[in-house]
Amino acid sequence: MSGSERKKPRSRTLRRFYRNPLSLLGLFLVVVLTLTAVLAPFLAPKDPATQSLFDKRAKPFGKFILGADQFGRDILSRLIYGARVSLFVAFFSVAIALSGGLIIGTLCGYFEGALDTLLMRVMDLLLSFPYLLLAIALVSALGPGLLNTTVAIGFWALPTFARMVRASVLGLKKREFITAASALGAPAWRIILLHIVPNFVAPLVVYATLFMANAIMMEAALSFLGLGVQPPTPSWGEMISSGRNALMVAPHVATIPGLAIMLAVLGFNLLGDGLRDALDPKMKVP
Amino acid sequence: MNHGPDDILLEVRDLHTSFKTDEGLILAVAGVDFVMRHGETLGLVGESGSGKTVAALSIMRLIPEPPGRIFKGRILFEGRDLLRLSEREMRKVRGNRISMIFQEPMTCLNPVVRVGDQIGEAVRLHQGLSATEARSVAVQMLRKVGIPDPDRRAKEFPHQLSGGMRQRVMIGMALACHPRLIIADEPTTALDVTIQAQILELMNDLKEDFQTAVLLITHDLGVIAETAQWVAVMYAGRIVEYADVKTLFSVPSHPYTIGLLESMPSLDGEIPEDRTLRTIPGMVPSLLDLKAGCTFQDRCPTAFDRCRQEEPPLFQTHHGCLSRCWLHGR
Repeated sequence: MSGSERKKPRSRTLRRFYRNPLSLLGLFLVVVLTLTAVLAPFLAPKDPATQSLFDKRAKPFGKFILGADQFGRDILSRLIYGARVSLFVAFFSVAIALSGGLIIGTLCGYFEGALDTLLMRVMDLLLSFPYLLLAIALVSALGPGLLNTTVAIGFWALPTFARMVRASVLGLKKREFITAASALGAPAWRIILLHIVPNFVAPLVVYATLFMANAIMMEAALSFLGLGVQPPTPSWGEMISSGRNALMVAPHVATIPGLAIMLAVLGFNLLGDGLRDALDPKMKVP
Repeated sequence: MNHGPDDILLEVRDLHTSFKTDEGLILAVAGVDFVMRHGETLGLVGESGSGKTVAALSIMRLIPEPPGRIFKGRILFEGRDLLRLSEREMRKVRGNRISMIFQEPMTCLNPVVRVGDQIGEAVRLHQGLSATEARSVAVQMLRKVGIPDPDRRAKEFPHQLSGGMRQRVMIGMALACHPRLIIADEPTTALDVTIQAQILELMNDLKEDFQTAVLLITHDLGVIAETAQWVAVMYAGRIVEYADVKTLFSVPSHPYTIGLLESMPSLDGEIPEDRTLRTIPGMVPSLLDLKAGCTFQDRCPTAFDRCRQEEPPLFQTHHGCLSRCWLHGR
């Protein structure tokens, strides 16, 4: 091991990330998506909700850069505002799943016993639903809307995160350095936070990033079914749904938001893969 | 035993630790007694599975419960029975008054925490030092355990250190709070021989410096001869012989100890005619179905009827040591 490598393990991770063109593409797509969402009011050329029946299903590259939908609304502006919805749902649903999964997973994995059995059976129950059905059931119970969609997707993802965390904790707590930490007199909370969690944070971050892609698709699916974000708020799934009837006459209305979903999902997937390769846990845990 | 009652540091009495398994209850430690004085090194010898590590972990109360359970006995440390302390009080003992060095320096350090922070952990926990103060203590400790360039090493991760250096780090961790007792569980087994010698020397030096007693667990009689003053030989969860190191090596009294010493190749001893090393015949009995009588009966060359009927207690031998053998009870 040379001197420079020895000094900066963190920069080695960064270098591995930057060297991979696909992870850079993923990062680029995610950054573009984020900037679009944040700067939506400045970027959008028109109001996303203004209707104009004269411009119904206008072709792209005319008065509207990407054409107009069946109400004559600017597709580009709706796309730009739709990025907000996608990103909001992706970010916060993963936040719910991650924090819930982390708490449930560490409690179950570290303490085991009756609590573990109980919580894990509840997780199994949630996992046994076909994936769209649980989200549909939750949204139907809570009522549609941006926040409820986010919560539903978060809960749908929570069991997977909890299981992953629990498995990591179960494996790690039997490792000798945990006994060594107990032998130093560290209390349980400190052992969990300082010695166990940091050991699986890298794969968890990777999984969370990859899951954001799933969350974007799930939100699109729910909105497509009319259970997600409600009009007039633009959402990519809802845009596809509204363009679907005129697919033969005006294919751009449905395909353009479809492309946006594809690019966003691709971006998160590439970023996640890139992070996984760069943070390869094998490099750290011998 | 000529221990005065005044300077006794640790007194283990009739310690019993069991584990519940699918096949039944295993009595890993079945009535262990020993005494340690301040600054003294007691060697706990025995082969794998004889209960040495379980005994050590019982003192630290780090036996995973369930399946393990310390169900009988007393562990008097500095006048307090550790088995009666609350978990909270026990945490104040661990790493502070008693600390532990483990066998595998490769796996006993957290791979994602810098070694400086791991050494500082003990002083942060027990002396309430801030992160910065703890770091400077850690650097001092690294210097004490003979790691060159301690400022830089403190910022490194365990995988950047060699095995010997990691064991030095472990020793630094164990000594950071100046404990009265260090339990070293096979501290040199995972290291190669030259490093072993260095680590033993370091431990001996630091023991003098810090006035710490050491409970040295090992299966290596050579290590015992070099470091310990008193030796307890364990077999099947029991102490079968307890002697000062000179007596143990010159006039061992238990047949098991005699067998162990005879199995050791010696540089200046006679080479047996068939040029093979002596061994103790047979295997350690399964702790699941121990027969009545002495646990060593099946492998003992001198076993007689009584050995198969009654378990011997510890007898005082004529050298002032203890031996769990009927030969000394006659």
